[in-house]
Formats: sequence, C-alpha cells, structure tokens
Amino acid sequence: MYQPLLVFNEKGIYCQQADVYIDAWKPVDKCIITHGHADHSRWGHKKYITHKNNVPIIKHRLGEIVVSGKEWNESFTINGVKFSLHPAGHIVASSQVRVEYKGEVWVFTGDFKTENDGIAEPFELVKCNTFITECTFGIPAFKWTPQEEVFSDINNWWVANRAENKTSVLFGYSLGKAQRLLKHLDPNIGKIYTHGAIENMTQVLRENYDFHQTTRVTRDTKKEDLLGNIVLAPPSAHGGTWIRKMVPFVTASASGWMTFRGARRRRAIDRGFVLSDHADWDGLLTTVKETAAEKVIATHGYTEIFSRYLREEMGLDARTEKTQYEEEGSETLKKEEDDISPSLSGTTQAKFNEDE
Amino acid sequence: MKDFARLIKKLDSTNKTTEKVAALTAYFQMANDEDKLWTIAILSHRRPKRPVNTSLLRIWATEISGIPLWLFEESYHIVGDLAETIALILPSKAQTEETTKSLSQFILEIIELRTLPEEEKKKYLHENWLALNYFERFVFNKIITGSFRIGVSQKLMTRALSKATEIDEDILAYKLMGDWTPQKTTFKKLILEHNEEDYLSKPYPFYLAYAVEDNFQEDLGSISDWSFEHKWDGIRSQVIIRNDEVFVWSRGEELVTDKYPEFQKFLSVIPNGTVIDGEILPFGNGEIGNFNALQTRIGRKNLSKALLEKTPVILNAYDLLEWNGEDIRQMPFLERRKILDNLIQGIDSLENGIYLSETMTFNTWEEATAERELSREKRSEGLMLKRKDSPYLVGRKKGDWWKWKIDPFTIDAVLTYAMRGHGRRANLYTDYTFGLWHEGELVTFAKAYSGLTDAEFRQVDAWIKRNTLERFGPVRSVTPHHVFEIAFEGIAESSRHKSGVATRFPRILRWRKDKRIEEANTLDDLKALIPK
Repeated sequence: MYQPLLVFNEKGIYCQQADVYIDAWKPVDKCIITHGHADHSRWGHKKYITHKNNVPIIKHRLGEIVVSGKEWNESFTINGVKFSLHPAGHIVASSQVRVEYKGEVWVFTGDFKTENDGIAEPFELVKCNTFITECTFGIPAFKWTPQEEVFSDINNWWVANRAENKTSVLFGYSLGKAQRLLKHLDPNIGKIYTHGAIENMTQVLRENYDFHQTTRVTRDTKKEDLLGNIVLAPPSAHGGTWIRKMVPFVTASASGWMTFRGARRRRAIDRGFVLSDHADWDGLLTTVKETAAEKVIATHGYTEIFSRYLREEMGLDARTEKTQYEEEGSETLKKEEDDISPSLSGTTQAKFNEDE
Repeated sequence: MKDFARLIKKLDSTNKTTEKVAALTAYFQMANDEDKLWTIAILSHRRPKRPVNTSLLRIWATEISGIPLWLFEESYHIVGDLAETIALILPSKAQTEETTKSLSQFILEIIELRTLPEEEKKKYLHENWLALNYFERFVFNKIITGSFRIGVSQKLMTRALSKATEIDEDILAYKLMGDWTPQKTTFKKLILEHNEEDYLSKPYPFYLAYAVEDNFQEDLGSISDWSFEHKWDGIRSQVIIRNDEVFVWSRGEELVTDKYPEFQKFLSVIPNGTVIDGEILPFGNGEIGNFNALQTRIGRKNLSKALLEKTPVILNAYDLLEWNGEDIRQMPFLERRKILDNLIQGIDSLENGIYLSETMTFNTWEEATAERELSREKRSEGLMLKRKDSPYLVGRKKGDWWKWKIDPFTIDAVLTYAMRGHGRRANLYTDYTFGLWHEGELVTFAKAYSGLTDAEFRQVDAWIKRNTLERFGPVRSVTPHHVFEIAFEGIAESSRHKSGVATRFPRILRWRKDKRIEEANTLDDLKALIPK
C-alpha cells in the first residue's frame, strides 16, 4: 500500500520512514524546526534539528535543548530519507524542509515570503512533487507593495511625528518583524529605542546579523529622551502601562493585516503599514506554479479558499490539512510570547502564537 | 477628489477627535464651495442614489481582476466591506495621468451614471477604477455604494464647519437639518445666508439624554428640581405645523410625514407655528401597544387601509420647541410644558391621536423607584428625568436630562451559529445566533452582536474557527458548547420568528463560562416572560 511520505497526525507533520516530525505541536523524539516562531518551535522535543542560525533563537526561547544546526542545502539522511533545509525568506534563519525518498520529493514551506527583505536569507524555490504550503494571506485582497515604498512611508511618518515633537511607537513582532523594521529605519532621523523583548531578541541575532544601534527602554528612560525618537515595541505593549510614559506618542503597526481598515481600527492604532513576512496572493500562486508540484496541501491560513482556487482555476490536486499553526484570520490569536520565560512557556504549552 | 480622498484617509487614520476636527476644518477652509457642500452632504448621510446595483459592481470588478465570482464573495466576507474589497482586488492603478476631477465633478458624474445604459456604466467604472489609486478608489466606491461610515459623526463635522466658518455650532446644526440636497442649494445659501423660506419644514436638532450613572441620586441634588416622565418605546419624532402643513421628522433626520397620515388631523386643532417633540406609539384598543406592532408599519412603502386600521398610532407629546412661530427652546422646561399641557388638554386626544406624556414629581427617591417598578406594566422602558428649569439643548448632553431605564429581561442561551462582522470587526466572528432548548433541540430565538469585550470576542472567534461544524457562506454552525446570558428590552409573540417569540434589542450580557449547555434556558422559560 502506498504510504505518503509525510502525514498529518495528532502530533504534527510526520515522516514515518525516518521517524521524524516537522514543526510538531506536541512533544516528540526528533523534530525538524522551520523557524523560531513559537507555533512552529514548541517546547518538549527530545532532539531538535534546524538551521544553524536558528539555533541561538530557539535556545533563547526554549532554554537548554538538544539541537543540531544545519547549513542551507546540507543534506542529511535518516533511514534512507534525504532531508535538506532551504531559505524560506519568512524571518531570519527560516527554512523550508525538502524531503526526498525513492525519487519522490516533498517540500514543507513552514511560513515563507517571496520578497527579499534585506535580512532573512532570500526565498529559494525548490521543485517538488508535493508542496505543503502555508496560505496565511491566501485571498486576492492581499497584494503587497514593494518594501522600499513602505519603508519610505514609515520613515516619513517618523519625520512628521518628530516635527510635532511626538514619540513614534511602531509595533511589530519581536522576532522577525522588529528586526526587519530596525534594518530599514533611517538612523539619521533620530534615535531608535526598543522594548525589552525586542532588545533581547535583537541581541541574540546580532551574533549573525548586522543591525543599527538600539537603546533599550528602561525604568530610567525619561519621557523627554524619547520625544521625536522611535520606539520599536511588540503589539502586546499596546494599551499597557509600559507605553503610557511615552505620552505624547503616535502609534503604528506594521503587518499584512493592516490591509484591512477594520483590523487597524479594531486595535485603535493611528497608522497601519502593510508589511508582511508572508507571501501575498500573487506570491503564493507564483510559487505553487514554479515548484511544478502535482499535489498541493494547504495548511494554515485561508486553506479552504486557497485550495479550491488551485483545484478549480489551476487544475491542481489540492487539499487542506489541519495543523495547529496559526488558523484562518489568525491575527486574532497572535499572542506575544516574549514575556513568558522559557520554563513557563513549557508548562503552558502555548498553543497559538505569534507569526506575522 | 484627491483632496477629499486625502481628507478621508486622514480621518480614517486617527482615533483622536481633535485631529479629526483639525483635518476637517483645514479641508473646509481650502475646498471650493461645491466640494464643501458635497462633503457636508456625504457626512450627513445625504448621498446620491446608488447608480449601479451591487451585484453588477461585483461582477464587473471580478471581470477586470480576472478572479471567479465565488472568490470575490469569499474575500468580501473576510474584508467585511464591499467598497474596500473592490478597491483591494482590482489591479493596481494604471501608470497614466493623475485624475484632476474634483469631488463634485465625480459626484455629478455618478448621479448622471444612474440614467445611462449598462454598457456605459461598466465603461465608466472600468476607466475610473484604473485611474485612481487604492484609497481614492475606496472613496469612489464608497460614494457609489452608499454606506459612508468612517467614524465622523455629524456633530464632529458640524464642529469643524463651525471653526472654518465662525458660525455658531448649534445654528449650523439647525441649518443642516431637513431635506436639502446639494443640487437644490448652494454652500452660500445653506450655510452662509439666512433664508426664511428654507425654514418652513426644518426641524430642531433633537435633545438626547444619557443613561443615569451609578449613585446618580446623590449627584442630581434635590429631587424637587426634577420632573419625571415614563420613557416610551416608539419612534422619537418632531411634528411641525407651519403654514397649514404638517411635517413629521424622525430622530434620524428623516422626513416621514407620509408614513403617518393620521397626523394630518393636527392641522385642525394645532395652530401654525408649533413644533412638538414626542414619541410615535402604536395605540390599538385604547392602550399603548408593543413596539413590534409599529415595526410592521415602519418598513412599508405603501400603507394599506387595512394596516392603518390594524395598527393605529398616536403622538405622545413630550415637549414644545416652537410656539406662535417662535423658537422657545431657551425657556425653562416647566414653562414649555405649561404651554404644551394647555394646548393638548384643549384637544380631544382620542379623536385626534395626540396625547400628553404625563409629568410626575416625587418627594423621595423611594417614591420614584416605586414608579419605575411599574414601568413594565405600563409598557414603558423606565423613567426620564428632566431638570425643571432646563432649556432644550442640542444633541446628547449630560446634566439636565437623564434616562433611568428598567433592568432588561435576561435568559441563558446557547451559541449555535456565528457570522463574520463588518467594519472594525471584519474578519472576526462577532455576530452570533443563540438557541434555547425545546423538545431536546436548540431552537434559534435571537441574534446578538454586542456586549462582549474585544478580548472576549477574540476568544470566541478563535474558538469558533476551531469548532465549526458546517459553513454556509459567511455563516458557520458551531458545536453547541458555550452559554451566554442574553439581555433584551421587550418581548412579544411573533409569527414571523421560528421560535414564535420576538425580542427587542437583544444583546450579550455576559459569557456564562460557569454553565454547561444543559443548564441553558428553554423556550418555555422565554415564553413565560411575555406580558399577559
């Protein structure tokens, strides 16, 4: 009987032949991790395999774990199954996983984006027979503008706030989005401050990546110091006591969800910049086409809609599988995990977590 | 158009009232008169009639975008706004010249569009969609589709206009009332000039009350300063008698004279130059009926004789705003009421369909509370408190008028279906259907979409996405699991509802995480609440 190379079981995406999981959501013996966001790199596996640049990230988040780091394109074979990691372009050190057995190739994207953001290793197209893809933004309402334009808007926004002597507070997830923002902010405008969660993560990344100088906001930071400058903060800081000392401030959020007016208004944020670390509609379609896959499995995002389109409009054998990664429209589930210490995140088994 | 789109974008990208007013003021100082007038019209819900029906808009937008219609519909359910969905899915703006057409030019074209054949409409939309950038496109679609809700109240707009023109806000509010349209007037005539004729049908801005706050009795001072009335549940209206004509205005600034032909009788008993503030109430068999009875009349275009006989209405008069052609809103409430009482008491109420909302005074709060307890029996929603010496103010103002409503009915029901919300709740499941037990099944009895905090909505939304049984377009059926306490204001038997019961203004009071679905109420429990 034909046994699919990868199956979806109650613990995660499983390769029986190699007895290895990918991004498992329950504790397993051996797990390949695509990237450092908490819904993909969970606590409790006995052994982790991931890209070498992701090792310090998941160690920072998960504490002492047994982990082996791989290079891009470095293949490793387990019981006849050949695995390799390829850049997904989602965040720093994010991988797609290529799995090959007896001439059949499967690719799992984890999360990915096609645009080169200047920090994350650019997305590499990997041909395959079966393509397991995310589709967080899998409806045609999502179309990204090139990031140069978005960053020019962001820097102009900062300049305008500075002219009014206000503090600019820019929200972005502490792993990935925050560093992408940091990379493209113009340090000639003013000083770049960071929330502790972002500062800690950025320090971890500085080992392998280059960023502008940042200053941590501490208890001793004075309101006057911040005026005219910019503060990078995780979304969870919005509405809390931490932000209050920054009055007068202007808020903005950088996320793909900012496409929707409703999403921004719901969060009571002044300005929304559409900037995503996922592929947009066209990016998803182009990638699916270029992989030349005959079979497509849509995992997280608008899976039903996206796979229907692939079946009806592109004639592909496309279906959906349930995972415990972010669900459809999961902007609502995202929870900043940075405040949770490694030991705590283990016991709470944080179910849904940051992604975008 | 560029300036207007920029204005809307600015209004849309701040939550601060002062910044919205500043942006509008700047716009009113800079725009030409025609654009100003149309901006006022749009922000006060006076839009041109829809030139193209929305199903054609959808079809044309999908044709240009090259996506199937079902995908458009799915996207629309997620985006939660038609104008926004169309603006998002269309291909990017063609790199041609920027549009130089003004807002009023666009609107005149859109009005003209209504009369054109379908092919021309399509051509017009196609050309203009591709010539506009994303946000201009969104604004253009909003003008076409009608619903222009962008977090700018008429009050806020009036404040900005007042700053720009240096005309008093209350006077502007009055000038902006009524059924003017930009095609029949000019900015100069409407805003800047004083013109007697325009005032014939013009209502006064309504004075609205806030709900009482905790321990309000202590804050209100001596109870002898206050006049009490029951708060009636009908349609708040202003009836104007001027120049041998009757005009009936609803609180939403709609001229609804045609809907209430029985009020023509007022001409023979009420003198010209009179404006009465009151409540339209259903009134069959000599007593106040249920609001549901009134609802059968509200939606009808043509009022049949049978309907008029089945559901007669009366005006229950609260206040007098104009008398002998003079604006008497500054007069103390008691004095206005004295004139009103005199007027109505001289009229045969039953014959003419106009009654007085009885005023009461109490010596102690205990007495007032006792009267409030009788509200349900008297078919009122509670009590109104009005300061005896208060003038009739404009809009919702704290201090002189308060509403002291009775506690709502409540029942525990099970969440059975959910639908995605709109606007700021787009892409979140926030509109819920609730069922009550009947013969071992859950029977739908009400829909509700307010009452939870944003955080609770997010939790329920996440749960719904993981516990969907079936999908029907934007609606999902979910595993019966959660119990919510539902509050509502009124209840009546209804043949139009599956449950046989209609509730008024149902909303979620709290999430009963402590209750299992077996502990939710039954349909019989609900029916027991219907007043006998």
